[in-house]
Amino acid sequence: MSKMTLEELRKLREAKKQEAAQRDTEGKDTLVIVGMGTCGIAAGAKDVVDALLDELKKVGNENVIIRQAGCMGLCHVEPTVEVRSPGIPNTIYGNVDAEVARKIVRQHIVDGRLVNKHVYDKPAADIIEQ
Amino acid sequence: MHYTLCDCVMDLIQNSIEAGSSHIQLNMNQSADSLEVSIRDDGCGMTDDELKRATDPFYTDGIKHKHRKVGLGLPFLIQTVTMTDGQFDIRSEKNKGTEIDIRFNLANIDTPPTGHIVSLLYQVLCFQGDYDLTAVRSLSKDGGELSYQVNRNEMLDVLGDLESAASLGLLRDFINSQEEDLLS
Repeated sequence: MSKMTLEELRKLREAKKQEAAQRDTEGKDTLVIVGMGTCGIAAGAKDVVDALLDELKKVGNENVIIRQAGCMGLCHVEPTVEVRSPGIPNTIYGNVDAEVARKIVRQHIVDGRLVNKHVYDKPAADIIEQ
Repeated sequence: MHYTLCDCVMDLIQNSIEAGSSHIQLNMNQSADSLEVSIRDDGCGMTDDELKRATDPFYTDGIKHKHRKVGLGLPFLIQTVTMTDGQFDIRSEKNKGTEIDIRFNLANIDTPPTGHIVSLLYQVLCFQGDYDLTAVRSLSKDGGELSYQVNRNEMLDVLGDLESAASLGLLRDFINSQEEDLLS
């Protein structure tokens, strides 16, 4: 990649915006929150954000909002990722590494299925497969 | 303990954001055997007494987590620096801000890996909050110095937001292209 200028970046942004406007995205907004306290960073949350972005780009869903929060108070299962996706109860995942982050994108955000093994805060006992 | 030097830096930037800074200046200057990092913020700052306690792992202000008795950000950094022959200096003034200067010794075998500078830079730009951040990354080699700079308000202006995966992806590509140019 050659060194990008601010003007080139602005043009790319416009192109993305038009692309997004052409898709029907109403009511499909997903919010992903990554715990980035000292505990999260030490456990590898930086790699998780990187993997999330990368995988979202691959599956072509770039409307997702990614927020970096502080510590969620679940230090023992860091890195933690909370996903708020329409149609699925809000879910907190624990022990998330880059690979699990990719799974969360493909399975939870795209297919609407929980990544069962990493659900920390159970949305409801009856929808988790043991 | 943090795995990479970038993780330590990220932790400190988070402190600055949480201290209510409106502008943060991050400089990272790398040479063959050292990585010098300086952070200047205009956040709430600390009194001499608070500053002394901030370096104690068994102290936290208890604002974020009421029942917690530890705070590890600065202690992790101090441990890394003292273990590896680096240098560390922190100055703070109540209601004025905090300044931190670090020299990581890359020649010491126990110094953790530097980590991924691109992901550090784009991630410190996209925490939630109303702050401006300027990051200057430079590399000294063969007697010359190359550098690039990223500014948060400028990126917000160009990208519209720093929350959607689309914007973050573009931001990452942008910083990546600067970094590749620096290293080439």
